[in-house]
Amino acid sequence: MSNTFLSIERLTQIFPDGAGGTLTVFENASFGIEKGEFVCILGHSGCGKSTIMNILAGLAEPTSGVVKMDGFEVSGPSLDRGVVFQNYSLLPWLSALKNVTFGIKARHPDWSKDRVEAHAREFLAKVGLEGEVVHRKPSQLSGGMRQRVSIARAFANEPKLLLLDEPFGALDALTRGTIQEELLKIWRGTNQTVFMITHDIDEAILLSDRILLMTNGPHARVAESVDITIPRPRNRTEIVEHPNYYAIRNHLVHFLGERSKALAGKASGGETQSPATVRIDRTAPSATEEDAEGERRLRAVND
Amino acid sequence: MQSLSINQRAAVLSVVMLVVGLLLWEVAIPQQQLATELTEYELLAGGGAPRAAVPPPSDILVRAWEELSDPFYDAGPNDKGIGIQIGYSIYRVLTGYLLAALIAIPLGFLIGMSPVAYKALNPFIQVLRPISPLAWMPLALFIIQDSEASAIFVIFICSIWPMLINTAFGVAGVRRDWVNVARTHELGALRTAFQVILPAAAPTIVTGMRISIGIAWLVIVAAEMLVGGTGIGYFVWNEWNNLDLTSVIFSILMIGVVGMLLDAAFGALQRFVAYAE
Repeated sequence: MSNTFLSIERLTQIFPDGAGGTLTVFENASFGIEKGEFVCILGHSGCGKSTIMNILAGLAEPTSGVVKMDGFEVSGPSLDRGVVFQNYSLLPWLSALKNVTFGIKARHPDWSKDRVEAHAREFLAKVGLEGEVVHRKPSQLSGGMRQRVSIARAFANEPKLLLLDEPFGALDALTRGTIQEELLKIWRGTNQTVFMITHDIDEAILLSDRILLMTNGPHARVAESVDITIPRPRNRTEIVEHPNYYAIRNHLVHFLGERSKALAGKASGGETQSPATVRIDRTAPSATEEDAEGERRLRAVND
Repeated sequence: MQSLSINQRAAVLSVVMLVVGLLLWEVAIPQQQLATELTEYELLAGGGAPRAAVPPPSDILVRAWEELSDPFYDAGPNDKGIGIQIGYSIYRVLTGYLLAALIAIPLGFLIGMSPVAYKALNPFIQVLRPISPLAWMPLALFIIQDSEASAIFVIFICSIWPMLINTAFGVAGVRRDWVNVARTHELGALRTAFQVILPAAAPTIVTGMRISIGIAWLVIVAAEMLVGGTGIGYFVWNEWNNLDLTSVIFSILMIGVVGMLLDAAFGALQRFVAYAE
């Protein structure tokens, strides 16, 4: 695990619980992310997903444990780790274009004004924002457009790791669908490593190479890492026809519905908590027979 | 009437109220008795001398025309044009106000950024803030030994508090998310202050500045009545001593007009820095 691009090693977060005691959100959590991978993390509210995200972004400090990127320990926020926040976090006094150039200027202080603007317009165009609309203030944009600007700002900086904190949580289902596809489109061209939090199972399957599943807190852990064995490029309508889609989906629903509770609340006892790799592939030659109970045919490989 | 917009109807109504008000005022002023109508006894008893009374609006309009047609004449210490007097007052207000802004805004920034600084300075602010600015006048006169500078000091001390408190409040209330945007973009402390916190807090800061300029303009009149010499406050008091109520009323109106213009300037600034979330 030491040679992966991003490795999270024995990460522990303990908060005071307000009554003199402590609350262990998660302990000794360890997992890795490969370069160019799109990884989603799924789990119930309060399991510590956002805490992990904030630690990766450098906005919060873990109680113990380290995060290494490219072999170096990270501490504090950095332009190498771009963040798209759930509430967009655009600066409301700047136009859409100025919000993007704000990021690029921070990344490339030596670039000329024209180059910065051209780069910003290029990435805004990639998320479908062109023409007059880029001069509008965030308050004059719809929620979907604001999140597009926020995504453009993050991608325009070409960070080594892109962190998306429930980026589509506040959007309606139709807008969400469109922007998911735009996100896939912009991501495909960049080979960007992405780590994303979501509540939405279908969104996670559509977007990710791998889904990390978290048990409920306290003492939450990243219990499983589910490979999404559906080839790319994917789109929303075709992906549901793939034989693996519902098998994977059922597994995720089961996990979130029952096993996330069953596995919850156990202290690690000092053990490193690594996720078990789960690979569900109905197209593989060994899994030809049709079985009513999808769960039984899982090949769970613990490493 | 239906075809007029709300603004037009309001303007018509304002004009009507003004005309009716002025007419009532004009009619309510008792006429001076003419000397020819008096008996010889009344004349001997001094009945023919004009009695001091509130002047009618027509007199004030005439005075306003005289004063405003030559606002900058200077005929000695006690006879200067209204423009010169207002000029002195504005000069004092702006000097004291700018000095206050130079201290209040950076200090407010510091207080807003640092909970320790906030807690440490808060007791001083709470005690100093409610003091009437004119209460500082004797101390200022004694220490500074100059009436002009003392008036400026009084303006300084009265305009510092709203700016200080609003700046601290605005800076402390900047959304965490925006600060996080600055942090994830590796902005240094100075660039974070100028590119994120200042624009985010600007509407609150400018509101404080607007309150301050209003208070400063209120206080300068009283301060100039005390220190004397020049300024619109001194002018009002001087005309009172001359028992020239026409001039008193005219200068009261001028104080109102200048105050309105100062406020409008900061209102425009407020609109300029405002943003919608």
